Amino acid sequence: MTTAVLDPNHPLESPRKNYLNREYGVLSWLLTRDHKRIAILYIVSITLMFFVGGLFAVLMRLELLTPQGDLMTSDTYNKMFTLHGVVMIFFFLIPGIPAVLGNFLLPIQIGAKDLAFPRLNLLSWYLFMIGAIGTFVVVMLGGLDTGWTFYTPYSTQYSNTHVTLVTLGAFITGFSSILTGLNFMVTVHRMRAPGLTWFRMPLFIWALYGTSIIQILATPVLAIALLLLAAERVLRVGIFDPSIGGDPVLYQHLFWFYSHPAVYIMILPAMGVVSEVIAAFSRKRVFGYTFVAYSSLGIALLGFLVWAHHMFVAGISVYSALIFSFLSMFVAVPSAIKVFNWTFTLYKGSVSFQTPMLYALGFIGLFAIGGVTGLFLAALGLDIHVHDTYFIVAHFHYVMVGGVVMAYFAGIHFWWPKITGRMYPEWWGRLAALIVFLGFNLAFFPQFLLGYLGMPRRYHVYVPEFQVLNVMSSAGASVLGVGYLLPLVYFIWSLKFGPKAGPNPWGAVGLEWTIASPPPTENFHETPAVRWEAYDYNAFEEAQRDRAGTP
Amino acid sequence: MFDDLPLFPEAASSVARDVDQLYWFLIAVTGAATMLVIVLLITFAIKYRRTPDNEVPDHEPENKYLEYAWIVIPFIVFMVIYVWGAQLYFRMNRPPDDALEVWATGKRWMWKFQHIGGQQEINELHVPLGRPVKLIMASEDVIHSFYAPAMRVKRDVLPSRYTTLWFEPIKAGRYHLFCAEYCGTEHSKMIGSVIVLPEPEYQAWLAGGTAASPLEEGERLYTALACNTCHAAEGPSARGPSLNGLFGTEVRLRSGQNVIADENYLRESILNPGAKIVAGYDAIMPSFQGQVDEQQLIYLLTYIKSLGVTGGAAGQPEAGSTLARPESGAAVAGPAARAAATQAPDTEGRP
Repeated sequence: MTTAVLDPNHPLESPRKNYLNREYGVLSWLLTRDHKRIAILYIVSITLMFFVGGLFAVLMRLELLTPQGDLMTSDTYNKMFTLHGVVMIFFFLIPGIPAVLGNFLLPIQIGAKDLAFPRLNLLSWYLFMIGAIGTFVVVMLGGLDTGWTFYTPYSTQYSNTHVTLVTLGAFITGFSSILTGLNFMVTVHRMRAPGLTWFRMPLFIWALYGTSIIQILATPVLAIALLLLAAERVLRVGIFDPSIGGDPVLYQHLFWFYSHPAVYIMILPAMGVVSEVIAAFSRKRVFGYTFVAYSSLGIALLGFLVWAHHMFVAGISVYSALIFSFLSMFVAVPSAIKVFNWTFTLYKGSVSFQTPMLYALGFIGLFAIGGVTGLFLAALGLDIHVHDTYFIVAHFHYVMVGGVVMAYFAGIHFWWPKITGRMYPEWWGRLAALIVFLGFNLAFFPQFLLGYLGMPRRYHVYVPEFQVLNVMSSAGASVLGVGYLLPLVYFIWSLKFGPKAGPNPWGAVGLEWTIASPPPTENFHETPAVRWEAYDYNAFEEAQRDRAGTP
Repeated sequence: MFDDLPLFPEAASSVARDVDQLYWFLIAVTGAATMLVIVLLITFAIKYRRTPDNEVPDHEPENKYLEYAWIVIPFIVFMVIYVWGAQLYFRMNRPPDDALEVWATGKRWMWKFQHIGGQQEINELHVPLGRPVKLIMASEDVIHSFYAPAMRVKRDVLPSRYTTLWFEPIKAGRYHLFCAEYCGTEHSKMIGSVIVLPEPEYQAWLAGGTAASPLEEGERLYTALACNTCHAAEGPSARGPSLNGLFGTEVRLRSGQNVIADENYLRESILNPGAKIVAGYDAIMPSFQGQVDEQQLIYLLTYIKSLGVTGGAAGQPEAGSTLARPESGAAVAGPAARAAATQAPDTEGRP
């Protein structure tokens, strides 16, 4: 029997005042310390960055329609892929899920009124914006052409573009990431509601916790690497440039010591979102909850030990390559655990197919392909051939776009009613999910074939025999672009015209579904007590009935 | 335009087929695993779709054995992939002793090749069919990467030291050569060809080359830079260690370490002499950083590698590996008179 709690049309009325309409005016947003309002600030800025980064991608795919360089010069093309990488990685993928969904949900999911350090949280957003604006200034001044990896000695001695400014921007944005991680970690340790033990926490919180470890421990190394780079470029201190006594491969070690774990900063929160969505739309506890929780920590820790697999052809010793290849195989295990457990969560569940679930199912398929192609790259003898080709471009887009972006869309659709109090149009949502899935595969699957054929990445012009596959990829990219624009339109539409959402439109389990949509500023009028295991539908319902019965 | 759609690259080297085999194995194994996941997802999603009867399903207990199974089984599969890939990598990193050596220099945005017999080429590399070729590579500016897809080989080319790569062509033809590490504006035009010729044609091509022998150039430079005042070509001298028969041997350093005198050791000792001081000597040698360019380093190293090699009988251990071509080996005995006549000082760039 369905109870009132799981009924989407539950008549529990929303209170008149919530976090959105409590105060008005620009200053009430720019000086807010409410984690929910800060999440909204992030949504706006990150969406902007996503479409700016996407615009660079569109221009690149247009250029690659033909083998010759006929749309733009080589210098312009090089700036396009550099800015696409910088904007998407530093200003969309890394902050994306933690700063938007994490900020909004982490305190609510653990029954707290806010994060541990609300002012620090606001500071994180301002640091992020300084970095983002710095990047826009660089675009206005003429761009950057080093690739998002800033490899030395090209970046320190040979590039005539604004390397120093961009590295400073990324340096500052890094602090935003560190502070967010710190804030999350302290909040999870200190502010959980009574009864919410570690192993009753939602898996999204576990994933954010794992992410915080990486943000705090790895990001400072990027900051160091970028500072050294700037020092060499500006002051001519010989660190990486061999002509003044440096070692260019040292830079790659420092850079990947951060940037490989950074991959997990992006994918771990995505995995957390997918765990939530799969559980909610199967109405079941995630299969192997403890294994999934521990695998998040396993990924966070093992992720620190695999960085040199980016350098198998960079002239590192054969023996260190053997070790890094072994550890890279090892880090694939916790990801495999997650995929199998998500799949088995559906077993004997009550599966429904609203938009968030479609994105989550798409995520599992695409992440599986992205994950197994990682094995191709971790296998030493094979990596030599596919390294620095379109194979790797396809691989990381399957993980980053097929994985992270799909999960971000799953999460935004899932929690949109909670964030705004309105439902998005379901039919349009499903259509967009389908378009994104098809467009994505058409855009990036041909790139695996291109890579094995031998087309190197970052090529402005290419040999004619690669054209057909490139045209397919560009066609897919334009379909994908349409799929991304649709939600932008219907989300904005839904703010005014979407049907009002009740507190728990999906019939899901979790503290965020026990409060009004949109939530009041203080989240909970009184501190909730958690008496149910994670995703335990029966106990959760009972607890809600009890609460409703005792006004 | 759309009539040819290649889906698989040509396999033109001895390792190419082995790389492809590993590739197909991975496609089979990971394809099966991915299909399993997708089929299960679709089956479960349809079979357990929400109906009025299962609005809230029963609690399903965890199954530890299933968990262990999908930890252990993938791990075993990953280890098979690991060992297979590692073996291949080992092979690809160990050039055969009889490999034909060619020096390669990457420079924005061109490839320069220096054959041991003196032939030089730009953006084209001629190699003989059926003989292993070893490239000793360095860059004059930023990091490049030598990539010949048909050979399945790739190796970054660094400005700081030599990296090597080898392959054995098994099919005559002209194949792509790409720069695979982003190196600036014309990165995508830093391309060329690897041309595999059957032995007779290769010999004919070699005979067409007219440059001076790198050995003679090296000997000339060795004197011009006054290396011989401290490192006398014959016998020991007081100020610097003898270089006679040095290449490939173990050197004892002042720090107590032992190092092999390979190309990178020689390179470092010329550009940054203070880094590794030979036991019993003082750090008095000046750096030649900025005074010799990559091409001149190739000449000097070719000469130093030859020292002491032809002194005695033909049975010298290093002779085979350093000097694959007998005619250039013969030139060691004495500087040929034509050396001075043929080659003006380096045409590529000034020291």
